[in-house]
Amino acid sequence: MSDTALSGQKSPTARNLFAALQLDTRLLGMIGAFIVLCLVFNVITDGRFLTPRNIFNLTIQTVSVAIMATGMVFVIVTRHIDLSVGSVLATVAAVMAVVQTDVLPPLLGLGNPTIWILAILAGVVVGVLIGAFQGWMIGYLGIPAFIVTLGGLLVWRNVAWFITSGQTIGPLDETFTKIGGIGGTMGETGSWIFGILAVAAALWMQVSSRRRKAAHGFPVKPGWAEITMGVITTAAILGFVWVLNSYDIPTARLKRIFQANGETMPEGLVMGYGIPYSVLLLIVVTVIMTIVARRTRLGRYIFATGGNPDAAELSGINTRFLTVKVFAIMGGLSALAAAVAAARLGFSTNDIGTLDELRVIAAAVIGGTALAGGVGTIYGAILGALIMQSLQSGMAMVGVDAPLQNIVVGTVLVIAVLVDIIYRKRTGD
Amino acid sequence: MDAPLVEMKDMCISFGGVQAVDHVTVDLYPGEVVGLLGHNGAGKSTLIKILSGAYKADSGEIRINGKEVHIHSPRDARAQNIETIYQTLALADNLDAASNLFLGRELTSPLGFVDDDAMEAETRKIMGRLNPNFKKFHAPVKALSGGQRQSVAIARAVYFNAKILIMDEPTAALGVHETQMVAELIQELKKQGLGIFLISHDIHDVFQLCDRIAVMKNGQLVGTARTTDVTDDDVLGMIILGKCPEGATPGPGALVDDTVVG
Repeated sequence: MSDTALSGQKSPTARNLFAALQLDTRLLGMIGAFIVLCLVFNVITDGRFLTPRNIFNLTIQTVSVAIMATGMVFVIVTRHIDLSVGSVLATVAAVMAVVQTDVLPPLLGLGNPTIWILAILAGVVVGVLIGAFQGWMIGYLGIPAFIVTLGGLLVWRNVAWFITSGQTIGPLDETFTKIGGIGGTMGETGSWIFGILAVAAALWMQVSSRRRKAAHGFPVKPGWAEITMGVITTAAILGFVWVLNSYDIPTARLKRIFQANGETMPEGLVMGYGIPYSVLLLIVVTVIMTIVARRTRLGRYIFATGGNPDAAELSGINTRFLTVKVFAIMGGLSALAAAVAAARLGFSTNDIGTLDELRVIAAAVIGGTALAGGVGTIYGAILGALIMQSLQSGMAMVGVDAPLQNIVVGTVLVIAVLVDIIYRKRTGD
Repeated sequence: MDAPLVEMKDMCISFGGVQAVDHVTVDLYPGEVVGLLGHNGAGKSTLIKILSGAYKADSGEIRINGKEVHIHSPRDARAQNIETIYQTLALADNLDAASNLFLGRELTSPLGFVDDDAMEAETRKIMGRLNPNFKKFHAPVKALSGGQRQSVAIARAVYFNAKILIMDEPTAALGVHETQMVAELIQELKKQGLGIFLISHDIHDVFQLCDRIAVMKNGQLVGTARTTDVTDDDVLGMIILGKCPEGATPGPGALVDDTVVG
């Protein structure tokens, strides 16, 4: 390395080629760690970890925490914390369960096709209101977020208890349960169409960004780098769809589906699950939250406030109202997570979402969100959630005892942050 | 002479019983640099923060071009073309130069999304004028040197066509060369007819850059003077003792025969 530098040789080194791609090295490090983790588990479990079936299960198990983790990024970036998300999830799940089993059926008739969406809307409204209320106490009354949401942790868990009188509410509306995971998937064809649309959108964004930069006369990546990026993106999206499509619906279950429609299943038919609706929801949430973070004033103000609250205020940003908005978004996302979690179980229980606040915070932090504020990414938080879930389910597959699983997860959290701190010191950003 | 660009009359503000600014009256004319001097805690920064909208005065009147205005927030101040360069620079360290320059006033695309490329293009243009050596457009400002950071802060004020510029110790963190750069910039802005309030501890700077000075002590105005009418020692006497020399206009805080008037 130093030799080539001394001789002034211009031949492209691996480092130069890499720099031309302009990739986020932190992201690469995380993806690398994730891949190593998966491969290790795959070897230990004799190839059972990286099967379409297990990958499918991993994705649906991650969705609820990952949805909330995207909101937690904003909360932590603005130098706050939200300890109440698991409890808010429980309250919202209780509201949605009661709305779809007790309130709406007498009004609309059992099984009415609008029940599921009305229930989710009601839940989202409740979630946003709870979040906004907590945000108002933090922003306008000046109570530290830690205290407000620690109170919320106790309050909302038990408000949920009162809403349901401590009972488990269910079974939930049939359509509603489709966003839970395995019960509702897009099927092979739908998933391929979605994958192709996603590839088209990703490539279009890449091209238009390059055009914009060129129009302003900024330096752009070399053509080969753009093409490499495009190929990687396309392969990643289509590969993901392919894996989820490869998980075949068991024949017995397929028979039941055909029977329910009054048809008989053709002999030897094989159908894959495809992308679950819950994962689709997570993808939509991720895209929207990323756009908010990067391309809207709200996102810019969130990061500016996290970087220097005084500067933000002096620049005319209403940081108090911003706090309300951030917590309202967190509440709304907790509501979506509640819908997924309750739908996955098929009913709403009292202990739904217990300890989720810690998983969500851990996911955001493992994903590179700095508790000091100002730094964090949405995709990082999702990767963080995936890494945590993979660790947990991988250890369960290997047969690690439950107490040891928690010890490992806790240790990984601390080490991940340590590595991040060292990385930031080295690179100086 | 025309009506002053800025008139702050009888400004008062107190924090928890401490009278931080006590009946202070200052004014500023177009193309003029007025230096605000005094000890730490004399009330200079507080006075200026009233004008920039960071604090709200308890009483007093602010006139811009002879018309009374009410400034309740930094946004109100910006609407009056008042720009402030704070001692602490007021930059968001984690964002790049363009994001900081446009913070609170982002350029947006027709769909309402933040247009980073357009902002970067504008930033490149203005930095090319103010500080041609500036190259780090994609680094967060915490990775910049003191002078580079200062030029971002100044670019912000210049870009938005400030009429009134408030500079709170603009050279405190800078090296010799960078201080010179700021001095040249102030001369340039003066020529364009801006009025500048300059807070500084450096008497040398003040005499070099300012047309007039206003000295504060314990929240009160000791006096104002043209820099041509007083000496370094006179000014030091005003700052330290509150003694108003000949050639200066005494204010309510001036020491007369060992007793404070007012």
